[in-house]
Amino acid sequence: MQIKENPKEYDVIIVGSGAGGGMATKVLSEAGLSVAIVEAGPYYDPANPDQMTQMKWPYDSPRRGAGTTRPFGDYDQAYGGWDIEGEPYSQVGDTQFRWFRSRMLGGRTNHWGRISLRFGPDDFRKKSIDGLGEDWPITYDDIKPYYDKVDKLIGVFGSKENLPNDPDGFFLPPPKPRLHELFYIKGARKSNVKVMPSRLSILTKRINDDRGVCFYCRQCSRSCMAYADFSSGSCLIFPAQKSGGQIDMFVNAMVRTVTTNSEGKAKGVSYIDKTDKTEYKLKGKVVVLAASACSSARILLNSKSKQHPNGLGNSSDAVGKYLHDSTGGGRMAFIPDLIDRKIYNEDGVGGMHVYSPWWLDNKKLNFPRGYHIEVWGGMGAPSYGTGFNVNAFNKFFGIPVGGYGDVLRKDMRKYYGSIIGMDGRGESVAMKTNYCEIDPKQIDEFGVPTLRFNYKWSEHEVKQAEHMQNTFEEVIHNMGAIALGNKADKSSNFGLTKPGEIIHEVGTTRMGNDPKSSVVNEFEQLHDVSNVFVVDAGPFVSQADKNPTWTIMALAWRSSDYIIEQFKKQNF
Amino acid sequence: MDRRDSIKSIMLGSIGFGVLLEGCSDGVSSEDVKKAISKFQYGRTEKELAYDKKLFSIQCFNNKEIKIITRLCNLILPPNEFGSIEDAEVPELIEFMAKDIPAYEAPIKEGLLILDEISKQKNSKVFIDCNDIEQMKILDQMAFPDPDISSSEQKEEVKWFSLMRNLTMTGYYTSKVGIDELGYVGNTPNVWDGVPQDVLDQYDLSYDKDWINKCVDQSKRNETAVWDDKGNLIS
Repeated sequence: MQIKENPKEYDVIIVGSGAGGGMATKVLSEAGLSVAIVEAGPYYDPANPDQMTQMKWPYDSPRRGAGTTRPFGDYDQAYGGWDIEGEPYSQVGDTQFRWFRSRMLGGRTNHWGRISLRFGPDDFRKKSIDGLGEDWPITYDDIKPYYDKVDKLIGVFGSKENLPNDPDGFFLPPPKPRLHELFYIKGARKSNVKVMPSRLSILTKRINDDRGVCFYCRQCSRSCMAYADFSSGSCLIFPAQKSGGQIDMFVNAMVRTVTTNSEGKAKGVSYIDKTDKTEYKLKGKVVVLAASACSSARILLNSKSKQHPNGLGNSSDAVGKYLHDSTGGGRMAFIPDLIDRKIYNEDGVGGMHVYSPWWLDNKKLNFPRGYHIEVWGGMGAPSYGTGFNVNAFNKFFGIPVGGYGDVLRKDMRKYYGSIIGMDGRGESVAMKTNYCEIDPKQIDEFGVPTLRFNYKWSEHEVKQAEHMQNTFEEVIHNMGAIALGNKADKSSNFGLTKPGEIIHEVGTTRMGNDPKSSVVNEFEQLHDVSNVFVVDAGPFVSQADKNPTWTIMALAWRSSDYIIEQFKKQNF
Repeated sequence: MDRRDSIKSIMLGSIGFGVLLEGCSDGVSSEDVKKAISKFQYGRTEKELAYDKKLFSIQCFNNKEIKIITRLCNLILPPNEFGSIEDAEVPELIEFMAKDIPAYEAPIKEGLLILDEISKQKNSKVFIDCNDIEQMKILDQMAFPDPDISSSEQKEEVKWFSLMRNLTMTGYYTSKVGIDELGYVGNTPNVWDGVPQDVLDQYDLSYDKDWINKCVDQSKRNETAVWDDKGNLIS
């Protein structure tokens, strides 16, 4: 096969354009370095009318927004999903890992929940606290200045709460709670569950002249045309281009390997252009992987050479190991008080206005790690599925369920906006036995060997999920609502989601001081190869009961500063 | 796929691209496909556009079936001052979904046959030839699921009618006329400034002073944020 080589040598090649890749692009290009971004999906700009889904009505789609082609519905801005045609993955034994990929500029930052939580001091030293997993090689104080900078650059609303393990930042003011959220507050407080304003990277107030202010359409999952929410393209990559950065973008480019020279140093990447299925090579002094935890691990494992027979950066054999996702559990409830409620526009921001950070002490519980609670509900925009089982709640009042005719319109109106939901998102314990590896028997449509997963939840996660279910039930009762469906029990692991379903997979290139047990150092630099870095969630040692994005960006910024310093010292 | 399996897969939800469509025929003219496809503009990718085109080029239900479906939808939601099943393009949606989620197809078609069988037994004529009262009497037998048993344990015709009711309801209330009737007033730029006072009063709720003091002052939303060194917002 012919391989085409680009003669230009970049200072830095960045693989992937999500949170980590976007931040590296911004920081490195603004320091004057020449950058190539290599993205596996197409170019995407939330303000491009041809790609825009924001402000569409359900009837603008022939399936009224159903989730057939995109798992979260037609209007969700993630090109991809857990299953992508031509890009399979496999499982070891009865593993049921689900791997979500979004192939587009900005990656998953275009559709994510914008929940932007700092890790707290304890989150970097979990082994010291409970003896499980590993401590990070850095502390909260090392990363704090970068969290501060991320807050100011990107914008996050929240409130100062002075909690020991949920540090405050530079917040924009939060929006007022919606009606169902006031019900949640009431129920949570009665159950002694801490509740406070949520922390989301949505602009409730202007932060600069390049980005608009939230206009409350609740559609952040569609990526904002006014750039009023955080997406990597609109907030990092486009501004970096605008400020004159030397940035070349290679889209629809699926990286196969990091290429190395005879000394084992990286000299660039090879990628397959999806449009012509031809392999190309790019040269770079430094390679920064930001392809997402599992994709970056896959690239490293596929980058075998004489100098790196076990895959690049894998002398420790830790690449792909310690894979962990957030735990998930949920419950819905019906609030009888909200029957026939007055209708007004309560779209609000795209996500909850209030949430519960982890509020208990695990030392007093039978599971080691915590979870937070997200709340949803209210008078949302109709979409495919609205009106299904329209009067199922009639059974609570002893009146007939089902029927036909005008009675259904009354029922539709009666129950509209009366449902509330709670989702727990918790920390799992990273384990060596949960991993991804190269499947020796399978390649994708581009000829690249694919991943196979081996993952089992432990009793820690199952017990946590049980606690979630008990909490939900108590809060539901205390807000005067009726829990729906049966309570998840032992037979279903207490409703614990499958690993990968929460889309917070981390840990596959974990950070540490010891090259024998970790893949990268505290600056996300491979122990084995000094000019390769990993700035996605792969380096996470543990994941905390927080969403990973804010920490991905703070670390990527810190590592980028280190890369700039090394360039200045002429180490590359 | 037997009926039990197909109904099970409906409950499990959607199926991805490229599923074989049994029983549907092609032969929709390219002009009609073009017309159908151009009605919908929603930021889809090239691949998604090709998939939509493929679905529009196939006809799932014949004219006779569409006629029964349309009548049935009208019984489920009769027209009113806001609009009708036809205005809401509910039959078109059902036609599309039976191809988009192929697990819908066989049970819907089988249900239409069962409907005619029941009608013939009762009234010695097919459903569409029955008068309103006769049709409603047939529906009375299948429109009321037993709330004490799970949906998979319901009688087949009850399951089928529930599916048709679901598709009709979702089709209507995701249409322009249905959204107007429901009264949903969002999906438009606005400024959220809390629950209206009369609504708070209705539920005997109020905002905590501590909480509300932290919330956004919407009169200052366009002033650029400035913080002091400690992270206190000072603008």
